[in-house]
Amino acid sequence: MEGLRGAPRARAATSPLLPIRFMPSRRDFLKVGGVSLGALAVSPELLRAGSAHLPHTSNTGYRALPPLYTDPATRELMLEALDAAKRAGASWADVRISRNRNNSVNTREQQVTNVVESDTMGCGVRVLVDGCWGFAATQELSAPGVGGAAQEAVAIAKANRVARDRRVDLAPAPAFPDATWRSAYTVDPFTVSLEEKVGLLLAANAEALKVPTIRFVNSGLSFVKEERNYANTDGSVITQDYVRSWVTLSCTASANGEVAVRGPEVVQPAGRGWEYVLEADIVTNAQLWGEQAAEKLTARSVDVGRYDLILHPSQLFLTIHESLAHPTELDRVMGYEANYAGTSFMAPPEQVLGSLKLGPPMLNLIGNRSEEGALATIGYDDDGVKPDDFHIIKDGILNDFQTTREQAPWLDWWYKQNGQPSRSHGCSYAQSWADVQFQRRPNVSLQPGEQDLSWDDLIAATDRGIAMIGRSSYSIDQQRYNAQFGAQLCYEIKGGKIVGQLKDVAYQMRTPDFWNALDMLGGKSSYEFGGTFNDGKGQPSQANAVSHGCPPVRIRNINVINTGRSL
Amino acid sequence: MSTDRGAPRRLIGAAAHGVLAPNGVLAREEAESLVARVIGMSTADAVSVSVQSARETNLRFADNQMSTSGVTTNTTVRVQSVFGKRRASVVTNDRSDDGLRRAVEQSQTIARLAPEDPEYLGELSAQTYEPVSAWFDSTAELSADARAQAALTALAPARASNDLTVAGYMVCSASAVALANNAGLFAYHRSTNANYSLTARTNDGTGSGWAAIEDNDWNQLDFAAVARDAIDKARRSRNPVAIEPGRYTVIFEPEATANLVSVMRGALQARSADEGRSAFSKTGGGTKVGERILDQRVTISSDPRDPLVRGAPFDGDGAPVAKEVWVRNGVLEQLSYSRFWAQRQGKQPTGGGNSLEMAGGTDSMDSMIASTERGIVVTRLWYLRAVDPRTLVYTGLTRDGTFLVENGKIARSIKNFRFNDSPLFMLNNLEAIGPAVRTAGGGSLVMPVIKVRDFNFTSLSDAV
Repeated sequence: MEGLRGAPRARAATSPLLPIRFMPSRRDFLKVGGVSLGALAVSPELLRAGSAHLPHTSNTGYRALPPLYTDPATRELMLEALDAAKRAGASWADVRISRNRNNSVNTREQQVTNVVESDTMGCGVRVLVDGCWGFAATQELSAPGVGGAAQEAVAIAKANRVARDRRVDLAPAPAFPDATWRSAYTVDPFTVSLEEKVGLLLAANAEALKVPTIRFVNSGLSFVKEERNYANTDGSVITQDYVRSWVTLSCTASANGEVAVRGPEVVQPAGRGWEYVLEADIVTNAQLWGEQAAEKLTARSVDVGRYDLILHPSQLFLTIHESLAHPTELDRVMGYEANYAGTSFMAPPEQVLGSLKLGPPMLNLIGNRSEEGALATIGYDDDGVKPDDFHIIKDGILNDFQTTREQAPWLDWWYKQNGQPSRSHGCSYAQSWADVQFQRRPNVSLQPGEQDLSWDDLIAATDRGIAMIGRSSYSIDQQRYNAQFGAQLCYEIKGGKIVGQLKDVAYQMRTPDFWNALDMLGGKSSYEFGGTFNDGKGQPSQANAVSHGCPPVRIRNINVINTGRSL
Repeated sequence: MSTDRGAPRRLIGAAAHGVLAPNGVLAREEAESLVARVIGMSTADAVSVSVQSARETNLRFADNQMSTSGVTTNTTVRVQSVFGKRRASVVTNDRSDDGLRRAVEQSQTIARLAPEDPEYLGELSAQTYEPVSAWFDSTAELSADARAQAALTALAPARASNDLTVAGYMVCSASAVALANNAGLFAYHRSTNANYSLTARTNDGTGSGWAAIEDNDWNQLDFAAVARDAIDKARRSRNPVAIEPGRYTVIFEPEATANLVSVMRGALQARSADEGRSAFSKTGGGTKVGERILDQRVTISSDPRDPLVRGAPFDGDGAPVAKEVWVRNGVLEQLSYSRFWAQRQGKQPTGGGNSLEMAGGTDSMDSMIASTERGIVVTRLWYLRAVDPRTLVYTGLTRDGTFLVENGKIARSIKNFRFNDSPLFMLNNLEAIGPAVRTAGGGSLVMPVIKVRDFNFTSLSDAV
């Protein structure tokens, strides 16, 4: 199935396993069309001119605000906040001023149900006083506003000293006094007209509704643009421009009292722009998705038992996310999430690093914030660190954890033992200026196999199994042992061939047993990203957008349950 | 505005307007003046404004250490502009005249481009609301010192013990919501909330206990009692044994009851039931309204005026919210109707019930345990996800205190289970109901401890 991300392929009625047809790659166009950040910077003169003179965005008709990033006024305010924090007694401080824009359009069948644009900005100041954290966020972007926030953050840190035990110490990180970064988008979705967005969704709905048993279709577009500005007392001043896009569509088929759904996650979200939405070609694919839902109405209910599973990247990414990526967050490992998201079975570090066997030698998992178009890809994290790529699992053995500057020193002993520098991997993130940053997920990606096997090769090699496509129901315990996953589409494999759709399928797993049962990996050309905007963690809970690259895999002899019940 | 530079400057204007209340949360008069400014800028056929204003303070601790701690103040304004039946909304947190005008103009521009929404029914005219008292200065004006002292109620005993590690979180909010439109509607509600949760884990890695409390009034939170409960549960839950998955009699503490019963909220929407795709649709058409769907002791309702809820007396449309009973004595009495769906179906709109309450009974948890020959006590559930929306079968796991009951007594700690079951099955297998309390997991849920039979645990988890 290397056609998934490559050139279009004819849609054969006999091949149900072609979830998405993409238009030809625009990678070349991206290289040409990608504008450097410097060229986008708005001159201070323009900013001073006042909103009446700001440029009109031709196809939306309303006046755009100037970008915050590279704006000297923003820089001055950040430096003012840092000075105020130091004057109040902070030993270290950082500040973020950001603008967060969201655009969503939702439809059902022939109508638009919701159009919302959100545009907020503000400032968050984080300080250390005597090894205690304090944080304050304000929407008042003025010198008194950010200065007041800095003072309040210091006051909170001072108040907390009474309950302090250990001091917070940060791993050193180089300063980046004038850094910029821009994500891999070509067309800013916020410059695309509402008519075009609505037209695309309603056209896709109409295609899906051509399938006779499809009674309901919901579709939606969700876009985020973040202008992230960061400065810290180490001397870093960083501005970043980040866009992400998601198009969703769900088809509900109904007949004879049965209801079956395909979607809504039929296209994976990406750290790219409007061009990515067009590449997904939802109008052409909607009918296929509708047919898949319709076919599910008459699918056979699965027999419980053990099966070899062939998991498509659109399903597998969430299993990686839950069972390998969450338990390798160092804050979870050390108990910092015990009261909410949970801890980790990969603990304590000194008993598992370098020794815990999580799978066969073909299992290699890399944390990174560098894969182009992936959701957690960024130039600099919210500690001001330039992230690196790192092996979380190397040749099947646990090798490292996801870290921030606060956490990296906790693993000093391990890095020394391996002759590595003790540095943060750049996993600090806050969902907005209003929230304090903490350790969040980089892209955590399963490396493809050496042999360039395809989805079809994995199926052909399997005698009795189930092929699963698309995320559906998912649940895992607070230490990440016991999980249960469903899929949008499940196909029975007999003698190396797909013989029909199954329903009521879920697999139950114990993480180390599951990954040790891995015996086939797809190759490089079967590697795809799956992701979400809504990875939740922390108190107060924050959302993180993250992707997981992976090839399809085969996992042997996994317990499958039947989830069908009747009222 | 001559000193302005760049985007941030417009917020200097906001301060100059004097719209900032001392704690950052808009008072009624401030909200009224803000929405009046927005409505005055509009040239749309209809405009509605929704304001959310909040100051939230929080403190985390974990691994017996202080963690992050902070305060966030923010006010957002949502403007919906309507031309005919074309509508769109824009959200901003820029309350300067410039910022508000931009939001108004942008929403008007987008609304003109939007297709007609056949479900738009026009704006509600002025309504009367019976106010709900939900604001406590004790919570709104809480000091950072008070939070740090509260954290010590768990940190001090854990540090002194040598066998315990605690992680906790306290969060206090002071917030106001205001709705208004150009048809004369104005609604305002302000509230405070204080929530504290604590997980104690034993240092041998085999025991975990959770306890939590929530009230509008910080002074009502008994921090020492939460620490006692969580620590006691952690120690009692050490060295769990594995017992076979299967069907068991289960005593659900209120938080666990809330975890499962609250998933019924979505299914109570009349529209999905009428469309044949919810658990309350009848095969062949129609809904199950009027049918007995649960044990006859079960009554489920929403009521913002319950002192255990203290919710807003209006919904997101500005419609007054009254007490609504969804299930009475086991019979599905009614479903929830939006304005549009009510008009389409010839019903009265019910408003969106923000809370969900299951009526309590007179049984005590002790008597439930004493009357159980073999069963399981569950503290709370985790990671619930729908497996089948037609039956409301959910999967999830037990967590932070799961115990085996034998011969009327808690016998020992057991390993956690994964379940696959539905509240609709669970509440048909009811054995006993205790008093309803406000739970602390969020969502304005008032739920009792309950005892049910034949609950379906499908696998074991090694997680502690």
